[in-house]
Amino acid sequence: MSFVSDVREVARSRELLVNLVRRELRSKYKGTALGWAWSLINPLATTAIFTVVFSTVMRVEPPVGVDGLHSYPLFLLCGLLSWNFLTAAVQGGQSVLLDNGNLIKKTYFPRRLLVISHVAAAFVSYLVEMGVLVAVFLVFGVNVLPWTPLVLGLMVLLAVFALGLALLLSVVNVYFRDVAHFVALFMQIWFYATPIIYPISLVEGVQDGQSWAADLPLTTLYQLNPMVGFVESVRDMLYGGQLPPAGPVLYALAFTLVSLWVGNAVFARLQGRLAEEL
Amino acid sequence: MNGPAIVVEDVAKRFRVYHERNQSLKIALMRGKRANYDEFWALQDIDLQIPQGKTFGLVGHNGSGKSTLLKCLAKILVPDRGRITANGKISALLELGAGFHAELSGRDNVYLNGSILGLTKRDIDARFDDIVGFAGLEQFIDSPVKNYSSGMYVRLGFSVAISVDPDILMVDEVLAVGDEEFQRRCMEKFQEFRDDGRTIVVVSHALGTMRSMCDEVAWLDHGRLLAVGSPSDIVDEYSGSSRHDQVAAADGDTGARWGTGELQVTGVELVHGGGVGGAVRTGEPATFRLTWAAHEPVAKPVFAIDIDTPEGVSVTSTATRDAGPVPDVLEGEGHVDLVVPRLPLLPGTYVVRSWASDVGGLHVYDQRDKVLRFDVAPAPGREQGGLVTLDGAWQPPMRPHAPGR
Repeated sequence: MSFVSDVREVARSRELLVNLVRRELRSKYKGTALGWAWSLINPLATTAIFTVVFSTVMRVEPPVGVDGLHSYPLFLLCGLLSWNFLTAAVQGGQSVLLDNGNLIKKTYFPRRLLVISHVAAAFVSYLVEMGVLVAVFLVFGVNVLPWTPLVLGLMVLLAVFALGLALLLSVVNVYFRDVAHFVALFMQIWFYATPIIYPISLVEGVQDGQSWAADLPLTTLYQLNPMVGFVESVRDMLYGGQLPPAGPVLYALAFTLVSLWVGNAVFARLQGRLAEEL
Repeated sequence: MNGPAIVVEDVAKRFRVYHERNQSLKIALMRGKRANYDEFWALQDIDLQIPQGKTFGLVGHNGSGKSTLLKCLAKILVPDRGRITANGKISALLELGAGFHAELSGRDNVYLNGSILGLTKRDIDARFDDIVGFAGLEQFIDSPVKNYSSGMYVRLGFSVAISVDPDILMVDEVLAVGDEEFQRRCMEKFQEFRDDGRTIVVVSHALGTMRSMCDEVAWLDHGRLLAVGSPSDIVDEYSGSSRHDQVAAADGDTGARWGTGELQVTGVELVHGGGVGGAVRTGEPATFRLTWAAHEPVAKPVFAIDIDTPEGVSVTSTATRDAGPVPDVLEGEGHVDLVVPRLPLLPGTYVVRSWASDVGGLHVYDQRDKVLRFDVAPAPGREQGGLVTLDGAWQPPMRPHAPGR
C-alpha cells in the first residue's frame, strides 16, 4: 500500500478517530477529583521544581527576551510544554497497541488509528497548555498574539514528527518488548540534549571553555538534534519576540518527513501479524 | 445483488509456534533471529464461495482452522497466501463488547464501539434507543460499564454489533450468551437478518443449531477444506467422523463424578440396531444400558438417566424411582436397561448424565456427568429442527362447511 492510500484509509475513518480521541481524553482523568486540572497542575509543578533547582540553586541565567523580559519559568515553559508533548506522544504511543490488544484481536479497523488517536489526544492537552502559556505571556504584558499562527504551525509539525516516531515504536514494541525500556532511557538523554532547562548559549560556552569537552565540535553535534529546532524556534517567537532562523526549522521539517515516512512504512510492513503477535 | 458475497481463493495462513518466546533485543541480536519457532499451516488451499443471502456454517474439530478462517474473512488476520474478496459491509461478532472501555459510560461505549464497527455518529444517534432498548439497559446506560454485570456487558455488546446493519455478519460461538429470553431475541434477530437476504457466516459446535440454521456448511479439518454442501449431509458426515468423541468420552474425557461410591455407575451404552456405537436414527428402537457395580449390599437403589444437549438444555430426565422397578437390595455387578421403542430425539448430539442414589434421592452413591455422548442421525420425513419428534401425522387441509359467498 502506498502512503497516499494509507492516508485515504485514515481519512475515511475520521469519525472513529474522533471517537478514539474522545475516549482517550475522557478516560485520562476519569475517577480523579481534580480531573482536567491535572493537565495544568503537572506542568506547573514541574516548572516550580525546575525553577527552584536550576534557577535559584544552580543559577542558570535565562537570556533577556523581548521587552527586557527576564523570567526563568517563562523561558522554561516555552521548551518544556513541547517536550512534555513529545514524551506523552512517544512514550504513551509506543504501548498503545499492547494496551489495546483485545481490540486488535477481535475487531477490524485501520490499526494506525490507535496510534494517531493517542498522539492527537496528547496534542489536545498540548494545545490547552500552550493556550494557557500564551495567556500568561499576555498577563506579563508581552503581546505574543501575532506569533501564534507560526507557533501553531510548528506545533503541528512537531505532532507529525511525534506521530512518525510513535508509529514506528508502537509496532516494533509488539515484537520486541524491551524497546519500551530503551526508549524511556533514551528520552532522558534526549531531554538533557535539548535546550529546555538551559539556554543554548551555555553549550556554546562549553566549546570556548576549559572542560574536556571543549575540543569536541559540540555545537555541530548539538544541532543534529531535531528537537533543538522545534524548541528554539517556539522560544524565539514567544520569549524572544523574533522570527527564528530558517535553517533549524527546515532541518526539523526534513526530520519530520523522514520520521513520518519511515514510521508509516515500518508500521505498514509489520501490522499484518499484529493480531497473532499480541 | 448477484454473485457470491465472499470469494476465498487459495487462502493459506501460517502461524508461528514459539518454543521460548523471547521478545528481548539482546537474545535476538546474539542469536541473529528473534526467537525459535516452528511454523504450522492453520489454513491451506482454501477455495470457497459464500453465496449472497445465505447462512453459511463452518464446522470442524477444535484446531481445524474454522475460527482462523473467520478471522481472515473479518480482516483481523491477514492470510499469507491467496485472496479474499468481500462484497459488502462486514461486521464480525467474535467477542461481544471487545472494544468497551471499562471507565466510560454505556452511552460513550455505544458510540465508541459503534464507530469501531463502522457506524457514523448519525447512524448511532438514529439507532441509539433501539440499541439500548434491545439490551434492556435504559436505566444503566449512563453508568460506567465496569459496574455492569457480565450479562449486561454482553447484551450491550450484542446490541451494538447487531445494529451495524452489515451485508455480511460473522458469528463465532456467541449465540449462547445471556439468559434464555435474550437468546431467543438474538435468534429472532438472526432470523430477521436471514429474511432480509443478508449473508451470515457462523462458526459453532452446536450441530443441531447449525443444521437448522444454515443453508450451506463447509467442513474444515486440520486447516483444509474437506467438503462443502447441504447442512444435513455435511453435518452428518462430520458427526460420523467425530464418533471418536464418543469413545473419548467413555475413556476418561468425562465430566464431573461424585458420590459416596457404595454403588457405582460403571458406564452407559447406547444399544441399537447398529450394535453399540454408530449413530442411531430418529424413530429407531434404542436401549440405554447402564452397567453398575455394588461392592456391598445396597438397599433400594434408584438409577437415573438424564439427556441434555451439549449446550446444557435438558431434554429429559428419567429415574427408576418414578417409572421403573426398584429392587430391594443389589450387590455385585450387572446392568439395567432403559428400553426406548422409538427414539424421539431429532438429529444432533446429546450428552447423558447418569446417577445412582437411594430411594429418597438425598444420598447419591455415584453421579457421572457426560458419561455418554451420542449422535442421532436423521431419518427421512421427520421434523426440520428442534430436539424431539412429536411422531405426529399431518392431515390433509380441511375447510369448514362454509356457505358460498
